[in-house]
Parts: sequence; C-alpha cells; structure tokens
Amino acid sequence: MMELTPAQRVAAARHPQRPNAADYIGTLFTDFFEQHGDRLSGEDGAVLGGIALYHGRPVTVIGTRKGRTAEENLRCNFGMPGPAGYRKALRLMRQAEKFRRPVITFIDTAGAYPGLEAEAQGQGEAIARNLFEMSRLTVPVVALVTGEGNSGGALALAVADRVLMLENAVYAILSPEGFASILWKDAQRREEACGIMKLTAPDLLGLGVIDEIIREPEGGAHLAPRVALGEVDRCLSRHLAELLRQSGAALAEARYQKFRRMGADIQREDP
Amino acid sequence: MNGVFAKRRARLLAMKALRDSYTAGERTFTCPACGQESDRKQVAQELYVCPRCGHHLALGAYYRLSTILDPGSFRELNEKFSAADPLEFPGYREKLDAARRKTGLQEAVVTAVGTVDGRRCVVGVMDSRFLMGSMSAAVGEKITLAIEYAAKNKLPLILFTASGGARMQEGILSLMQMAKTSAALARFSEKGLLYIAVLTNPTTGGVTASFASLGDVVLAEPGALIGFAGPRVIQQTIGETLPEGFQRSEYQDRHGFVDAVVPRGRLRETLSRLLRLHERGGRS
Repeated sequence: MMELTPAQRVAAARHPQRPNAADYIGTLFTDFFEQHGDRLSGEDGAVLGGIALYHGRPVTVIGTRKGRTAEENLRCNFGMPGPAGYRKALRLMRQAEKFRRPVITFIDTAGAYPGLEAEAQGQGEAIARNLFEMSRLTVPVVALVTGEGNSGGALALAVADRVLMLENAVYAILSPEGFASILWKDAQRREEACGIMKLTAPDLLGLGVIDEIIREPEGGAHLAPRVALGEVDRCLSRHLAELLRQSGAALAEARYQKFRRMGADIQREDP
Repeated sequence: MNGVFAKRRARLLAMKALRDSYTAGERTFTCPACGQESDRKQVAQELYVCPRCGHHLALGAYYRLSTILDPGSFRELNEKFSAADPLEFPGYREKLDAARRKTGLQEAVVTAVGTVDGRRCVVGVMDSRFLMGSMSAAVGEKITLAIEYAAKNKLPLILFTASGGARMQEGILSLMQMAKTSAALARFSEKGLLYIAVLTNPTTGGVTASFASLGDVVLAEPGALIGFAGPRVIQQTIGETLPEGFQRSEYQDRHGFVDAVVPRGRLRETLSRLLRLHERGGRS
C-alpha cells in the first residue's frame, strides 16, 4: 500500500468529500438530539453537538462542523468556531458530567476563527476554560481527529482520555500555510512546512500525543467513506468499553497524568 | 545565617536585574512610542514607563521580579531548565543559543518563590526578549512545576505573561503545554488557592488561550496587546482595518476579560493588597 506524503495527507484531510462530523454522528449514532446555544451569547454553527445513543448508550457527542456546499459552509463558518462554539461545547460537557454520559468529540477544523467578534467575545478565554474544565471531567472522554486538527481551536475539544486519529488526518499547532507564513514570512512554502511540522498520525503516535491510528481505505477516507466509518466505529467502541470499566476519579487522574507528561522529559537540565 | 543568605540573594537578584534593564551610555532616552526624549535616570525611576506618554516598555524577567519581591526574599525555581530540540527542527539549536547569549536567560520564563510585603508567594515572569516569549515544552514545564510548587506549599501564585504564542519549532508539543498548564491550574484551584495573572505586552496565542486567561484575578498593564489571534491575521481574514485600540488592555477591560488595568507603578501595591485580601483562603 502506498504511503501518502505529509502534504498529500493534508490534502486528503481537507478533501470536501471526506466524512464530516454530521456523517459520523448520522451513521454511527442513533436518536441524535441536537442542542443549540451557549446560554451566554448565542449559537455557533461551527460546533455541532447534542445527546445521542452510541450502541444503545446515551452519550454527549460534539464535533466541529465543516460543510460541503458554499451555503452549508456559510452557516458553519467553514468549521472555524468562535467563543460561543467552545462555550456551547463546554455546556454540553458539563451536562455529560451531570448525567454521567461519556463525551465523544469529532475534530476537523482549520482552527479557531480569527475574527474581530471572536476576539471581542474572548476566544482565548473560551479555549482556556475548556482545557481547564475538560482536564477534570469524571466521565470518559474520547476525541477523534478526523480531518484537520489545527491550533488551540482543536485542542479545546481534545483534552481526552483517548485521542484517536485517522490515518490521513493531521494535528498541528496551526495550518502549514500559517506555519510557513510565521516562520519564513512565505505561505507558499506550505509543502516544505508539511514536511517538517510532524503533523501526521504516525509522527504524533511516536511523540505520545495520540493513542491510536485508525486505518483508512487506500487513498483516503473520501474514496470509501463506509469503510472508514466502520473502522472508526470499531476503534471508538473498543476504547469506550475500556474506559467505562474505570471509576470517574481514576479517569480524571489518568487524564491529568497523560497531559502532565507531555514534553516533561525533553528539556535540558544542564545547558 | 539567614541574614547572610538573604543579603546574597538580594545582591544576586539586583545583579541580574541590572543586566535586564536598559543600560547604555547615553543620558537621554527616546521613547519608541511617542518619540520624545526624557532623562534616562527618570525613566529608570519610573520602572521604564515613558514619563511623557506613559508607554510601558518591555521588562526583563529578573528586573520585573526585583520590582515585585521584597529584597532578599528571592529564590529561583528550576533555573537550569532550558529548551531541547524535540523535533530536531532545522536551525532551532542555533536560535536558542543566540537567544541565551542575548538575554542571559535559559528560557522565556523565570520562576521564583519570594515574599511581597512579607507574604510568601510563587511568581513566574515571562520575558518577551527570549524568542518572543514563545511557549516551548520547557516553558510549559517550568510554569507547571511552579504551579505544583505553589499547590504543594499552599502559596498564592502570580504569573506575568508576555508571549507571542507557540514556539513554532516545537510544534504540537508546544500546543500540548496549553493543556498541561491549564490542567495544573485546575488542580491548584481545587485547593482553594489564589492565582493572579498579570498580562503584559504582548500576551497572545496559546498563552492567552491557557494560563493567561485563567486567573482568579486578571490584571493588565496599560496598553498591552492581549488576544488569541494576532491583529495581522485578523486583518487578513476580515479584510478591513481594525479599530483603534483593538485588543489592547483597555479594550479587554471594556469587554470583560480583565479585572483591572493597573499602571506599572501601582502593580506591587495592588498585588500586595490582593494577597492580603486572600490571606484566609485555601483549603488543605
């Protein structure tokens, strides 16, 4: 089987026919009840969330939503949430805690929206608050990076017991274009950026940032969505079953330690 | 005995602070904001705030500590921690070496324990001169260790933020520091302990989207740029010019994201007062 290059994976991760959050929720879950609003400032279509049954068990499911048509994308802001989206996600996660439901998140976003309104409403604070609160939930949390997972905008839904990633998904500090433009003041050097950013699933598994890679059909999930959805289902249900056997306190402790270790052993003590 | 050590520590901090401050032969100082000249001595006396326009100049981490902590109370934590090169990023080691030589710092944050008007606390100060105060794994680790030290010893925590955001050369590991520091603050908070964030120019990106925004009390120095996305990115995205004062401290104050904008000359007394007001707090 042909391995895709990092730049090809970025293209596959962004493919418009790649399964999106609505596809995952619509196919793998039943009885989805969508919930709107953050109860503070409004409703953000870039975050799709609500209650559903997963293999018969009530769960809270949240995803960043990308559209396929211009009209859909206008409604969901191309999958780039503002503070209201992150605060809606937090509201739903707090409900999950209250009703002892596992939380499952699907991540596919170019990043948190860099806009004037988003800043005025506290984009940074909203993301920070999610990281803070997710770290101490006492219900199972599984995050799936299904497409692009860029910046704090992706991490705000990914402080999870298990972070699972599709084979051709990418997860990074920001988009390759943004990276090239910050580092070299030249967004055209995106392919070079893809090569050194260590944003592919195998790279991230090696760095201990993700827990498992979910195989995709050859060439990418968009070529055989049903196959990809089936693989996601098998992997997700296995991890969820493992987590459901643990106590809430044990889950929160293990999740804390998992993130506590990240980058803890790579600084030089004595320069 | 204690007196000897305190004197030595006071001298050490004074030395490091001196290195941080703007030394040059000239008698006059030209403000980069208003372009007016003032007497250099007076600028130093006003803690590097322009006497003409009130512009707050960037401060070195040790100099900042010397303006906040009681003389002789300073003890640095994890001072040898320094960035490695986890992704083997081309040119990163050279950049780090240059930053170390230029600033005399090991990393973009200095953490210490000390007293403010006799009240013990843990203070972390980011330094924007070191690779724009960007967040490396070592920065995240030092801050997390400082939070944990404060939690273990039931001490209040004060973090001065100054950061352009992520350390690009450490990629995803830089991103993960946001989760690590925020999770550590959640544990710290559960102990009923006080965390004060002081936002200084600039506080953006991943630092804004983690510990800078999570203070029980959030203070900001006047005129500091504070935001998640940088103004250039926003301007490119929306394609219109940004309003005057956008993302500055006063703007964040109006929008409800800081408790108070405090001029540098009044920061020490403000922090002291807040520490006093929280003296009885803290569950064991």
